[in-house]
Amino acid sequence: MASAFRTRAGLALSRERVRGNIRRAMDGLVAKRRAAFPDDAELAQLRDQGQAIRDHALANLPALLEQLEQRCRVNGMQVHWAADAAQANAIILDLLRGHGAKAVIKGKSMVSEEIGVNAYLERHGIEPIETDLGELILQLGNEHPSHIITPAVHKDRAEIAALFNRHFPDEPCSDDIDQLTALARRVMRARFQGATVGMSGVNFAVAETGTLCLVENEGNGRLSTTAPDMHIAVTGIEKVVARLDALAPLLTLLTRSATGQPVTTYVNMISGPRKPDERDGPREVHLVLLDNGRSRIHADPELRATLRCIRCGACMNHCPVYTRIGGHGYGTVYPGPIGAILEPQLQGLQVQGELAQASSLCGACAEVCPVRIPIPQLLNRLRHEHAEGPTASQSPSQSASPASSQSVPIQAVPGGHRPGLQGRVWRAWALLHASPARYRWMRRTIGGMGGLLDGPFGGLLGGLFGPWTRSRTPPRLARRGLQDLARQEGFADD
Amino acid sequence: MTDTRTQILQRLRSANTATASVPGSEPASPSAATLTSAPTWPVRRFDWGPEELTDRFRRGIEAVRAEVHAVGDDWPRQLAALLQARGARNLRYGPDGPLAPALIQGWPTAEGVPRLVPHDQPIEACRRALFDDTDAGFTACRAGIAETGSLVLWPTPAEPRLLSLVPPIHCVLLEADRIVSTLHELMQREGWAQRMPTNALLISGPSKSADIEQTLAYGVHGPAELIVLLRTTSAAGTGSAPPATADTARTAAC
Repeated sequence: MASAFRTRAGLALSRERVRGNIRRAMDGLVAKRRAAFPDDAELAQLRDQGQAIRDHALANLPALLEQLEQRCRVNGMQVHWAADAAQANAIILDLLRGHGAKAVIKGKSMVSEEIGVNAYLERHGIEPIETDLGELILQLGNEHPSHIITPAVHKDRAEIAALFNRHFPDEPCSDDIDQLTALARRVMRARFQGATVGMSGVNFAVAETGTLCLVENEGNGRLSTTAPDMHIAVTGIEKVVARLDALAPLLTLLTRSATGQPVTTYVNMISGPRKPDERDGPREVHLVLLDNGRSRIHADPELRATLRCIRCGACMNHCPVYTRIGGHGYGTVYPGPIGAILEPQLQGLQVQGELAQASSLCGACAEVCPVRIPIPQLLNRLRHEHAEGPTASQSPSQSASPASSQSVPIQAVPGGHRPGLQGRVWRAWALLHASPARYRWMRRTIGGMGGLLDGPFGGLLGGLFGPWTRSRTPPRLARRGLQDLARQEGFADD
Repeated sequence: MTDTRTQILQRLRSANTATASVPGSEPASPSAATLTSAPTWPVRRFDWGPEELTDRFRRGIEAVRAEVHAVGDDWPRQLAALLQARGARNLRYGPDGPLAPALIQGWPTAEGVPRLVPHDQPIEACRRALFDDTDAGFTACRAGIAETGSLVLWPTPAEPRLLSLVPPIHCVLLEADRIVSTLHELMQREGWAQRMPTNALLISGPSKSADIEQTLAYGVHGPAELIVLLRTTSAAGTGSAPPATADTARTAAC
């Protein structure tokens, strides 16, 4: 019986058009990133800095959050804390209602996807308006992002033209990209002009100065945070950094890793609401700090590295699994390698544990990660927990960490369990490999089957390998194994 | 809500976050400690001479489809011609902005020249005019960044935030001697950490999107065109004062 994830992945693999769209886009992004980092030594140095900045922030997270809150308040912002999505949504709804808003214009924000604020607001009679071109396309198509940076990457211009034509029948129909973009500008213009509240995410929150830093190319982020009377910024608690000058390396790492741009068109640093003598800008700025499982991830010294992420998306661009099944294949808000380690931790292994299997462990994600998150290592850790239950202090990576020397075993990720068949298979595997005699017996038995594969029953046996052999030549098993050959050459067993 | 805050902070604290702190040496203020313990490194900057700074800035910002025009003291005339060629009907500017006197004085009066419109009202009083009836906006800028081809703006009451964002054409005058090599160098030289304004901006080219098939399209929500007037002040001096924001030591390192 196929799991929900496998069903979704299978379905995604069968959508040739989407696969083509994603493949083309990912190849382009990979090439752009490569061209943006011509100097290996510089890249290594920047990654060292990026990792150090993020590690420092996570090691001092509670103090930095307090400082961020204090600085933001001094600057005139209001700071709210939300333990989970429900609390964050309730805070946002309260603010909107308090302001008498019927609609809210939104800049692109993955955290807002994480808390599902659009659906929540719609249920409560407030219209969320996505203004980022990609997000607008998805909102019209009633879809979710398939990529954290370029959310509508799975759609091509013809599909988008048809979608726009359906929703804006009075506008001229064209599948020319400039014209589609111009159409989006026209329809959004009135919304920006009339909006009273804007919402955004945050790329980096600076504790030292109480500054929210946002990057974007379209200008919708600046409009959403400048044109309305009220700006609500929502961010995960891990996005804080200590010092303002940390922005210099982080920004360059983020934009070059994400799209190969030296810098985005706009870098928007907001340090407060409109001052009395200023003539525009929101009169109220609210910052919602969202936990939603992050403090639990933070508690585990190894898994904490997950929270270093600056959401550049490079791991998915380079992932052989993501490029084939796309973001929707994962069925989660955060797809790709980062999603495969983050979502099981946010939602629990019982719900999303299988995502840790959505990897060939090729290591490309870790090689391109600008803050050096050891994604394959964390995938292995989650696979282990999924199979064996929570890791106690015996985890090698944990004992290597000084912080865990006196720590008690923590159930870092809830919901670990041992799937029946898989557990039995691996126990049998371990049993066979633990003794030379059993190993020899296994090898000879399998070697004997090699002859059968070539014989009349070969097709039948080949079928056992299922999907693997459908597009590949079945393996030919040697009659004599490496050990036998080595012994023949005079090598001893040890 | 206070409860939530306490709970989140407690959960984070109970996670044994102590890293390098030595027992018994607890500083008076935890926030001061987190700042001083933050990783630091030498300012990342490049030893580029004035010509190379200008050249790199120009190549960087032109690569993202901004127009750069070298100008002299008759820059208002040049700007008027550029806008007239585009069919712009008007140019909004902040009458209290640092370059407003020069702009007004040098603006030609011939027929067909775009009209200068002062932008001196709170947005509530001019939202419609700004969104619907403005073809171009003019601002000064604080600095340029050579490495990335970026303009640095700190919008002021005289030149508010939306003036560089809402009109379809944004025109900026940049003094060539205000170009620095990197953002890091600028932040450090001007001591940004002690004086962040309500809004600080880096602008690198006109608004764009690649959300459809990774193909660049310009002018999505912000300006579709960015016109940079790059003024190189001659050594003899022209009498025109640098922008009002030029209040920090510019002699450092270079």
